[in-house]
This record gives sequence, structure tokens and C-alpha cells, in this order.
Amino acid sequence: MSNQNRSFFFNVDYITIFLYICLMAIGWFNIHAAVYNADESIINLTSNSGKQLIYIIVALIVAIAILLLDSKFFFTFSPVFYGITILLLMAVLVVGRNVGGNQAWIPIGSFRLQPSEFAKWATSLLLARQLGVVNTKISELKTLLPTLAVLGFPILLIILQPDAGSALVFISLIFVLYREGLSPYFLIGGFIMVLLFILTLLYPKLYIIMVMVLLVAFLSYQFRKNRKMITVFLSGLILSLLFVFSVDFVYNHILKPHQKVRIDLILGKVSDLRGVGYNVNQSKIAIGSGGLIGKGYLQGTQTKFDFVPEQSTDFIFCTVGEEWGFIGSFIVIGLYVFLLLRIIHIAERQRAPFGRIYGYAVACIIFCHFFVNIAMTIGLMPVIGIPLPFISYGGSSLLSFTILLFTLIKLDSNRMGIV
Amino acid sequence: MNSFFKRRYIIQGIFILVALILLGRLYYIQVVDDRYKLSADNNVLRKLVIYPARGVILDRFSKVLVQNEPVYDLMVIPGQVEEMDTLEFCKLIKISKPAFDKAFKKAKNYSLYRASLFQKQLSAVTYAAFQEKLFEYPGFYVQNRSVRFYPDSTAAQFLGYIGEVNDREIKKYDGFYSQGDYIGKTGIEKSYEELLRGQRGVRNIMVDVHNRDQGSFFDGKYDTTAVAGDNLISSLDKKLQMFGESLMVNKIGSIVAIEPSTGEILASISSPGYDPNMMVGRERGNNYMKLLNNPFKPMFIRPIQAEYPPGSIFKVINALVAQEMGVIDANTYFNCPGGYKYGRNGWMGCTHVHGTINLEQSIEESCNTYYGNTFSRMIDHSGLRPVNAYTRWRNMVMKFGIGNALGIDLPAERNGLIPTADYYTKRFKNDKWTSSFNISLSIGQGELGITPLQMANVMAIVANRGFYYKPHLIKAIGDKKIIKEEYTIRNDAGIEAKYFDPVIQGMSNVVNAPNGTAYNAKINDIEICGKTGTVQNPHGDNHSVFVAFAPRENPKIAIAVVVENAGYGATWSAPIASLMIEKYLRDSITRPKYYMDRLLNANLLPGQKKLYNKPSVKKDTIIPIKMESTKPVSIIKQTIH
Repeated sequence: MSNQNRSFFFNVDYITIFLYICLMAIGWFNIHAAVYNADESIINLTSNSGKQLIYIIVALIVAIAILLLDSKFFFTFSPVFYGITILLLMAVLVVGRNVGGNQAWIPIGSFRLQPSEFAKWATSLLLARQLGVVNTKISELKTLLPTLAVLGFPILLIILQPDAGSALVFISLIFVLYREGLSPYFLIGGFIMVLLFILTLLYPKLYIIMVMVLLVAFLSYQFRKNRKMITVFLSGLILSLLFVFSVDFVYNHILKPHQKVRIDLILGKVSDLRGVGYNVNQSKIAIGSGGLIGKGYLQGTQTKFDFVPEQSTDFIFCTVGEEWGFIGSFIVIGLYVFLLLRIIHIAERQRAPFGRIYGYAVACIIFCHFFVNIAMTIGLMPVIGIPLPFISYGGSSLLSFTILLFTLIKLDSNRMGIV
Repeated sequence: MNSFFKRRYIIQGIFILVALILLGRLYYIQVVDDRYKLSADNNVLRKLVIYPARGVILDRFSKVLVQNEPVYDLMVIPGQVEEMDTLEFCKLIKISKPAFDKAFKKAKNYSLYRASLFQKQLSAVTYAAFQEKLFEYPGFYVQNRSVRFYPDSTAAQFLGYIGEVNDREIKKYDGFYSQGDYIGKTGIEKSYEELLRGQRGVRNIMVDVHNRDQGSFFDGKYDTTAVAGDNLISSLDKKLQMFGESLMVNKIGSIVAIEPSTGEILASISSPGYDPNMMVGRERGNNYMKLLNNPFKPMFIRPIQAEYPPGSIFKVINALVAQEMGVIDANTYFNCPGGYKYGRNGWMGCTHVHGTINLEQSIEESCNTYYGNTFSRMIDHSGLRPVNAYTRWRNMVMKFGIGNALGIDLPAERNGLIPTADYYTKRFKNDKWTSSFNISLSIGQGELGITPLQMANVMAIVANRGFYYKPHLIKAIGDKKIIKEEYTIRNDAGIEAKYFDPVIQGMSNVVNAPNGTAYNAKINDIEICGKTGTVQNPHGDNHSVFVAFAPRENPKIAIAVVVENAGYGATWSAPIASLMIEKYLRDSITRPKYYMDRLLNANLLPGQKKLYNKPSVKKDTIIPIKMESTKPVSIIKQTIH
């Protein structure tokens, strides 16, 4: 294959692009439904659906522009992009507009830039570049520490906004590290931490500690011939105990009241359907009332009459659930799973580690958004304000996900080349 | 490919697992659990009840007795209220600032987004003034409702009133009513509730999160329209009713006038009455308490609830029953030495020494002796044991509609009382008693209780010469003018028509013969047949009673008048009855003005002192019946709650 034969779209993964367009179209129709007003056309430019159409067109132009770039561009300039987004993340703390308690937006004319959206992309690129160096071993401290620094810096800045949702997205990149050789103990440890976190808040500390001690004692007895395992169990126990106490401390002394309430609501410790729980309750009602086949397009009463706040952005899935029912929800989730598996497939077929690692980062970021957002609308997760990729209303979000995805498609189209 | 290639499957597995968890949860809340469907409907669906117009009640000439009048309820949605000039607002709707604060707080506590009633029933005048300024007060709006209005303030106790349903009524009608609905509480409003109320309509509308109307649900597929209640045509003659009420001002008692040929009640006056409009509107509660505490018991529906021993008018019944039994006839003579001697040394006095007297004269002159003898013949000399003869007599009397409620279309009608033979057997400890033991029944005193309605009905029987239709207040229902079947059935009093002749002649003489007891009630060219009565009252002055029908041939009106504590029947009741008859038959009064003025201006209310002295109940063999009217508090409670 020679360079002369290549068109822009040569070797482009059309399946991914198809999924991308499907999700964007679903988003556009549902945004229209969410703000539906019989007098307004879907392309009325003052309405959300009209604006979203502009964003979609812009996103498509940007997508084509990315495909036109040289694939080495991303590798080469990744430290620059990273640097710029870190600067923006700092700037937003100073000049940002405070929306809903989060200092996350920089107003540029009528457009509001959300640096954290682009930080995900830039961080993914730098991470890929760093880990992609031949013969690195992530288990070695000299590799791991700079990697954690690359991840930690933006996380720190985002927590200062504070934007717990975006921070969570960065944390999900742990799957990338796992794929690249990070010990599974980190994943298991992470899972145990989440479990302990929930248990600590639900039950008295004493019981949890007693159960943990008994469990470790039992396991140690079972593995009494394996000294290494016993060491693992005991150190795990000590870390868990420390964690339990720190969770207790964090919950009682560090979390802000509104964050505590959100967590309490999920755990069922409080129920407040008029106040903080209102969004989630109305969202569940909207989705639950959809039934198997939904109420029909533009027929959702919850959606139409504004019972669910934020319904074109973070709670867009309500509209899907209410108007399209379980079948609609199934299709949307199916599309996401298909897309994620496709991205992993693409990542795995990269010859260069840079492409593979970046691909996994894209999958993790999309996965985290998809999971947290939908879980939030059906009450499985606390209300964490992150958008549903490609579907939620919003220019920053759509543009950043487009850049994120098409960077991968560009790298993939050029996968035979050596980066 | 690197050495951790297989980890892709673990990551893919986690992705798929998470997606399955989400799908499982979605399947549960969307397909399995239908709680959310209901919640969504509750969110957006509002059932608006459309109240139908309550049926109007007309008099027999289609003049309005009760109609509906619009009032304006002031509603508020607290969430939409903006900063405003509260004092100005209070002035406009005529409430105080604390009252405003209280009402507003109550509304706010109920809901910020749903409307609650802020101020009930603004008058048309207040509303007119307020309406122009309404736009200055967002969040407030006015809802039309209709209340009952009585243009002539007449017949209060019979029309009854409506009020908000209580919990018991809600339960009784099995959810038909909900809190705040109106229901007939007494009178015709209550007994014809199901016809008057009509059928409520429902409009299903959808609302948004701010409770704003978003149009009808399914284009009104599930809506129903309200159907107005049936209009009722009363048998009352409004003019006659109001005339009777004016005659009874400052008197305690009743007037009941019946059309004998149909049983339709032409007028029914319970005095003292009240203005039915008092039971409507904002002052209703206060007015109700006032009426309840009034010593003359205006809420007591005397024509159907007050029971009196009938006195001499009962002689008419005894005269008829005795003839039917065959113990006397038109030519039976008794000697009246000025009283009737009974038992060993009993003596029932008579008004005069009548000498030898026949049946016709006995009625005309109201001779007690004649009826003592007649009663003795019926009970003691009938060939039966006196106990059984008494029962036969009682059964025949009861065929006149005495001792049982007549079944008028009003709630809480009383039965009256005519004691059973057992009653006397128990009282005298054995069944060997004779007429000497209850001789007072012969002249309508003693253990008898008859309502004014029953008295008038007896006159209808006499007028018809032997039968009656159940007295009723509603003669036709709705546009089709349906009449209840029970009011078209002829009830036989069990007396042969020929026996009425001497009695009616006697009654005619009562009014038309110069020595008749009610000659003062005579009207030129209208032959009234009547009978006076004076009811002994152990608690005060005797009650004045007069019953009559007219004209003698082809009678048009049968009437009973009771004026409590007013003495002789002839003094007050007879002239009142006479005026009523003339008013009905001629629509004008030919008697001189002073004749009417005397009645209109008379104040026969018992003195205030007497009212507050609880009369002691004497154990008296002659008059053991307690006057219901003197202790009606408990009865009122029964009828209202």
C-alpha cells in the first residue's frame, strides 16, 4: 500500500462511525422530545434541538478535520495538548463561571468551554505516549510514578472545581493501566474499597471490622501452607481497616452536606422525594413509566411537562426510557456495548502501543460516562453530573467526545504505519 | 500483542457485566414494577370535577322556591404569589391582616403549586370590586361556584339546607362524595338528594411540573359532562305558604294544608321559622348556632315532629269509628248532665249541660259526655272483652294515619302515639281494665300523640269521605313531571261513606251555625267544615287547635292549625285556618282589616320567664304525654347530625 492511494477515509472504521452517528441521531431526536413544544420545529435554532444540530454539524467538520491530520500529530503534540489543558484547568479555577456549584466553565462568547472535557482526551494521549515506550513495565516504580503523576495532576485540579464526576472518569483509566500490566490487586483492591465504602456508611464499623477479621482468619487458615497468600490477606486486612476509618472520617468531616445527602439517598438511608431526591425520583418515574415499548415519541408526559430537571443534558436517558420503553433502553445500551467492544477490538489491532493504549483510554472514558450516567438516572448511583456520550445536549461534550473517538479512528486508519 | 493480551477479555467482560446490570435494573423498573406508571399518572393527571347545577325547587305554580346563585371562591397558588400590597388586598376582600396570614400559611402548608381555597364565597359585590384589581395579584384567582338562594325566604324547614358532607356521609354513599362537596342535610334537599344533585362531570387534564394546565388527556376521551340535577315541582303554593308564615309570626305552632283529592301539601308552616338564606354563606356556622340556641326551636319541624294529644278534634274520629262499629248511628242520643260519670266516682266534665244530644250536635257543640258514652260502648259493650275491643278500636283509628308516620317526603317524620292494649295492661297490672281506665281517649286527651300533619290528613279523609293519598311536598320530578308512585295510591280509612254525613253536618255547624264553636271562622259563600280543639298542656297554657276542610262539596283544601299556648281552638287557630282557606280558594281576603290585623299582630309567645323555668312533669293519669315542643333539643340533634 502506498501513501498515494490513500483517500481521507481509507481504512476508516465505518462500523464505529456508524455507531457514532446512530448515537448522535438518537440524542438529537430525544433532545427535541425533552424540550418539545408543539409550536417549535426541531431545527428552530433557538431551541436546544436546533442548537444541538449546529453542534452536530460542527462535530462532523471537526471529525473530518481530524481524519485529515497526520496521525503522528497526536503522538508528537500530546505533551503540548496536555500542557494546554492543564493551563485551562488552572484558569477555570480563576476565571471560570460557577454553574450549579461547579467552577467548570470558561465562557467564550455565547459558547461555554469546559476544559475538563478536553483534559480527558489530552491526558489519554499523554498516557498512551508515556506507557507506549518500548519495554516499559508498569509494575516498576519508575514507570508507575510518572504515570500516576500524569493522571493525578488533572484529577487534582478537577477535584478543586469541584467536579466529582469528571474526576471519577479519570479514575476509570485504571483499566488502561490494568491492560498494560498493572497488578490485578489494584482492581480487586478498588472493588473492595467501593464495597467497604458502602458497607461502612450502612453498618456500624464494629460489625464490619469483626466480619473482616473473621474472614481473614478463615482464609489464612485455608491457605495456611501458602505464606505469600497469608501476607497478602493480612496486609489487605490492615489496609481495609485503615480504609474503613478513613471513609468514616471523610464522610463525616470532609464531604459537603449535599454530597452526603446524595450518597445517603442511594444507600436508602434517607428518602426525600421533594428535595434532593426529587431529580432521581422523577427520573425513575419517567423511565419506569415507559413500560416495555414506551409511550411513543413526543408522548412522554414526564418529559414534556418538565418533571425531570436537566433532561436534555444529564438526564436525557429519561426521555429515551419514557418514550421508547425498555426496547429503546435496550437498543441504546446495546449500541454503547457494541461501540465499546468495537473500540477494544480496534485498540487490540494496533501495532503500536500508543494506539492501543489510547484506544483503551477512549473505551474507559466512554464506558465510565455511559455507566455512571445511566446508573444515576435509574437510581443505582448518586447524582453525578456527567453527560451521556454523543446523546446529551451540549457542545463541549459532543465536541470532546468526537475528538476523542475520531483521534482513535485516525490512528486506526493508519495502524499499519509505524508511529 | 503483548503478554497482557488476555486481559482484554476481562475488561470486555466487565463492560458487558455492567451493561447487563443496567439492563436488569431497567427491565425491573420498566417492565416488572408498574408503580412508576402510576406515579407518572399522578404527576400529570388531574381530575377536575365539574359540578352540575343542583336542581331548582319550584312551587305548584312554577314559582321559584330555591334556586342557585353564583358565588366566588377566592383560590390561591402560593408558589405563584409575588410580592404584593397585602393591606390593600385585605381591604379589597374585607378580611383582616392576621386572617390573611393564617389563610396564606395554611395554603402554603398544603402545597406551593396546587390551588387551595383562600377565602370562601365572596359576595357578588366584593367580587365585582376585586375583579378589576385581580391582575395585580398573580397566584390568586376566582372560582365560580353556586350556592342555594331562596328568593322569598320561605318554607325553610321543608326545603331544608345543604352543607359540606361529613365523614359518615362520605362513607355511606361509598365514595360518591369527597371532602368539600355539598349534600342535602335536611328537608327536601336531603330526601331528594339523589335527584337534585345531578351527575358530576370529570375533566381529565394534564399539568406540568408547575401545575399549569397542559390540555386535556387523550383529547377528552375519558371526560364526562356534568348533567344538571332534576328540577322539583313542589305541591306548595308559595303565596299561601308565605301568607301562613306571616299569620304565624310571634306564635309557636303549625299550619298544614292539604289538597284532599291528591294528598299534595299546599302549605306547611312551622313557627317560629327562619330565613333559609341564613344557612348559606360565610355566616352559616354562626347562624346555625343561633338557631340551635333559640329557645323557641326554629329548627324543630313542628308539622311533622311535634306530637300533641289532639283534643276535641279526635271526636270526629271516634264518631266515625263508633258508627262503623255499629255502636251508634246518626240518631243515637245521649243525655249530657254537664259531664260524664265513669267508674266508681270518675267524672269527666263537659263545657255545658247539653241535655239530650245527637251525633251531629255532639260534634257541633263538642260534647264530652256524648263521647264518654260512645267510647264506653265501643270498649265495654261491643261483645268483646274490653282489652280486645280496645285493640279493634285502636286498629280502626290507626287506619286514619295515626300512630305511624304517614311517609311524607321529608326526613325525620315522627310516628305519633296511640298506646297498645298491652300498654294499659302493663300499667294497670292486669287486663281487666275497661273504658273507665282510659276514658280521656274518648275526647282526644291522654296518651295520644298526633302531629299536625296527621291532623290535616284526618281532615283530608273526612273531606274525601273515607280515603286519603299520602301527603307529600313534591308533586312532580324533572322535565317529565314524574310523580312518585306511592303518592298515587289511594289509602282507605275503612269507614263507609254514609257515616260521614252526620259528622260533616256537625262540622259545618261548628263554623256556620251561630252557636257553633268556631262561628268566628265563617266565610260568606264558602262552606267550611271544621272542628275546634283545645289541648290540655301540663306545662303552660293550653294549645289552640283547629282542623277544617272546605268547601263542603268537592273539597279543595283540608287544614290543621295548632297554636301552642294560645288557649281555645276557636280563639286563634280557627280564624287563622279560615283566612288560609279563603286565601287559597279566593286569593283575596273579604274579612275586615281588623280581623286580620288582630292575628298578624298577636304575640302569643310564652313569656321569657316561663321559658327558663323548667316545668315539672306531673304524674297525671289524664295527661301523661309530654309536650314534645317543650323539650325538643334532643330531637333537633337527631335530625341534624
